[in-house]
Amino acid sequence: MKELKLMKGNEAFAEGTIRAGADAYFGYPITPQSEVLEYLMAVRPYETTGMVVLQAESEIAAINMVYGGASCGKRVLTSSSSPGISLKQEGISYLAGAELPCIILNVVRGGPGLGTIQPSQSDYFQSVKGGGHGDYKCIVLAPSSVQEMYDFPKLGFELAFKYRNPVLILSDGIIGQMMEKVYLDEPTPRWSEEEVIKNSPWATTGKVVDRERNIITSLILEASIQEKHVIKLYEKYKVIEENEIRYETFQCEDAEYLFVAYGSSARICQKAVQILREKGIKAGLLRPITLLPYPKKAINDLSKQIKSIVVVEMSMGQMVEDVMLAVECKIPVNHYGRTGGVIPSPKEVADFMMQKIKGE
Amino acid sequence: MNEEIIIAGFGGQGVLSMGKILAYSGIMQDKEVSWMPSYGPEMRGGTANVTVIISDERVSSPVLNEFDTAIILNQQSMDKFETSVKLGGILIYDGNGITRHPKRKDIKIYRIDAAEKAAETGVAKVFNMVVLGGFLKIKPIVKLENVIKGIEKSLPARYHNLIPLNEKALKIGMEYIYEVNIN
Repeated sequence: MKELKLMKGNEAFAEGTIRAGADAYFGYPITPQSEVLEYLMAVRPYETTGMVVLQAESEIAAINMVYGGASCGKRVLTSSSSPGISLKQEGISYLAGAELPCIILNVVRGGPGLGTIQPSQSDYFQSVKGGGHGDYKCIVLAPSSVQEMYDFPKLGFELAFKYRNPVLILSDGIIGQMMEKVYLDEPTPRWSEEEVIKNSPWATTGKVVDRERNIITSLILEASIQEKHVIKLYEKYKVIEENEIRYETFQCEDAEYLFVAYGSSARICQKAVQILREKGIKAGLLRPITLLPYPKKAINDLSKQIKSIVVVEMSMGQMVEDVMLAVECKIPVNHYGRTGGVIPSPKEVADFMMQKIKGE
Repeated sequence: MNEEIIIAGFGGQGVLSMGKILAYSGIMQDKEVSWMPSYGPEMRGGTANVTVIISDERVSSPVLNEFDTAIILNQQSMDKFETSVKLGGILIYDGNGITRHPKRKDIKIYRIDAAEKAAETGVAKVFNMVVLGGFLKIKPIVKLENVIKGIEKSLPARYHNLIPLNEKALKIGMEYIYEVNIN
């Protein structure tokens, strides 16, 4: 029997990490994600499951604590919002280079700079095109409901450990702050020391006599070996792309016009689809759940039945570039965006698509 | 059933918790719900508002630009949200502190003097429950028993002794809300 609760997205995420069997959370407060740390401090999992909850001295300290915890094969995570995530980028690059599994939650706010505390989706490029330095990729999940904020820590750890890769959960101020129904499942226990050694044979769990030393590092000074390492990483990313693409479609069966949107924009577009359907326009929505790997093929396949696409993002246009690449210029791809913390209404999104349809 | 509500007033009037109780009541009645607060800088000492959606089906957008019902508890919110009520929708307001009363003739307007009635109970803080009672009289989308369950879920156990007082406030609201005719 699943427990039913009304929770904020940030609280659901925090509860999700405890129930996913996380070993440690390292964070630093910033609006609009401070409830993650607040909730963990209020629930005190260190007294029940033994999960460490620590407010670090800065975002940079927190991401480096994640590096330390992950090196030991533990299920660890951090969370922040845009400016804080920028600070973490060096650490994320190191984690990716050293192939360390972990979860990083970004509850995006408007930027650039210190920007605003209100919702935005302007960190898409940062999340999927790099962020830190070097040839690397994170797996990027985009929740669009409070339930997914609860579910994704568990999924995130699964993927992170399956591929030894950081998982970025790209949320935003709407999903973090809103409350919805959440079904809580039975907690997954934390791994015992034996399970850590079994599940992460690469981790620095202490040298034993009959095996080589485990070394966690992203420093490979020899160019030819560094190249081999990066090629190996990219072979892994290819496997991830083959196996882990996730997306959801809404009213796409007979759709002639398509919205592509993720996170809270996908929720707004769902309402816009309803508004357009009431006017007799056959609109549909494709919502990428994984932003990396990206559902290119699904969008390309749909483009054969679709006349045009509107990409809706709370940014000046970032994901729209990936949609354009996916459809290979076969159909028009338009972008509708609000930025700086302004949230588009379902009506303005529907009106924009109407305009584009009439303009064709 | 799909009811889209905005509740707007000053920070400290209990706008957000009223929305939370309403959303929890919806869950108790097996509805789908969403609760989306304004959390911008305007909250700090200024206005606060929350969008609550209660529906038979999965809620799509938690953010809206027009509403079936607007519950308006100060002048700034009246200026901002009177125009956001759907044609034929409902506007409920507390007259306390309102200098420009609503004028629209294409919606139904109700008034509830909740601040005054709450003060009469001796506990002015139940203001938001008086307002909620008034709303439920006009739009009985959730049963009173489920609202009580919603309050139980929303309040920490140490405040459960206040539930009878909140129930009384809900009933006062139901009794004292009245329609205003705009001519």
